[in-house]
Amino acid sequence: MNNVSLVSISDLSKEEILELLETARKFEENPNQRLLEGKVAATLFFEPSTRTRLSFETAVNRLGGRVIGFSDASTTSSSKGETMHDTIRMVANYADVIIMRHHLEGAARYASEFSPVPIINAGDGANQHPSQTMLDLYSIYKTQGTLENLTVTMVGDLKYGRTVHSLLMAMYHFKPKFNFIACKELQMPNEYKVFCDEHGIEYHESTDFSEEIINESDILYMTRVQRERFTDLMEYERVKDLYNLHNAMLDNSKENLRILHPLPRVNEIAYDVDSNPKAYYFQQAQNGLYAREAIICKVLGIEVK
Amino acid sequence: MNDTKKKELAVAALKNGTVIDHIPSDSLFKVVDLLGIKSIDNSVTIGFNLDSKKYGKKGIIKVADVTFPDTTLNRIAIIAPHAVINIIKDYEVVEKHKVTLADNIYGIVKCSNPKCITNNEPMRTHFHVIDHENVVLKCHYCERTEVKDKITLK
Repeated sequence: MNNVSLVSISDLSKEEILELLETARKFEENPNQRLLEGKVAATLFFEPSTRTRLSFETAVNRLGGRVIGFSDASTTSSSKGETMHDTIRMVANYADVIIMRHHLEGAARYASEFSPVPIINAGDGANQHPSQTMLDLYSIYKTQGTLENLTVTMVGDLKYGRTVHSLLMAMYHFKPKFNFIACKELQMPNEYKVFCDEHGIEYHESTDFSEEIINESDILYMTRVQRERFTDLMEYERVKDLYNLHNAMLDNSKENLRILHPLPRVNEIAYDVDSNPKAYYFQQAQNGLYAREAIICKVLGIEVK
Repeated sequence: MNDTKKKELAVAALKNGTVIDHIPSDSLFKVVDLLGIKSIDNSVTIGFNLDSKKYGKKGIIKVADVTFPDTTLNRIAIIAPHAVINIIKDYEVVEKHKVTLADNIYGIVKCSNPKCITNNEPMRTHFHVIDHENVVLKCHYCERTEVKDKITLK
């Protein structure tokens, strides 16, 4: 039907990723460009996600487009038993691009197969969330000046965290070195370690969040350890504070180190880190706007000057 | 000599039709389901738990006067990748080949992920075969991997 949808970060080649980053950079210089004049974007959030929806809708607005959509499927005919298929077909009559989030995995891939307009996946269950990955990549690129040969340390929930999985898949183009820091319950799934082995990516696994590892890192990617992931609550109590970052732990870290977090954070980054110039998670969220403007233009085939 | 003769007699000879041999015993009835044998009128002989050098125990299915299309037969490869198809004409084997596992499997395998879109919308499943030797499938939609022993058919 169309091959311009963005469903998964692995749909993009290295060249396409670099092009998107370059476009995002242009939007950072000038976020308000009326490139979507006369166009309508639909934001279909079958599952609520305020942060992602606002970011996409801001992107459309700053590009001069109009937004239709819903932020909660309970107010739509999904609640009357309409299939997702029919909802998408109906909305595709009205909009030029569909930005969708769904709690079911594979929903965006399926929609991209029959939708006459491009689909942008804004998260499908625990599966993919490519615009998050693009903003992570843009944040890394911007703060390090390159994506090549970086040491990326991922901390916290590496088992269920889809952001770390997608980032790992995207970074493979750029010869990274990874440190995976997590407790036994939440370690990086085997398939991703196999992926690293197959592609000659160096990685080091540890349960110990040590300063030695922080000190060799270029990027510290923190994630939240969620209580509901544990079958044994005693185990949760034991590990919940082991992967928290405090400002004092950064004393001997590299000058170029930046701390990323997909947000929302709870305890895993202490508030005393916020004022450290190496803390980058709030700017990271802002980069989401530029990355999403770039993605919207790409799927619509709009050239950005 | 005696042994061979006894083995041959374990399942009745077929004049014309299809013999599917080398099916692991634990997959036999799944293969029966997959071929839709329960609803055909032809005479069918099913051998179960026969001695096999390769598997210890094997199953065999003989269907008289039927040749199945290749696409149907190749579906068997998902659950019995080493099954062998024999086409019989006038008591002679005129064609013999192994089943082949396609690169993509549409519609017959069920995704084990309850949160997969394929289990929630009226749609066809689609799996990529990522390891032909060990029969490892990956759902085209939710991207979850299924290994041979865990594969369920729709």
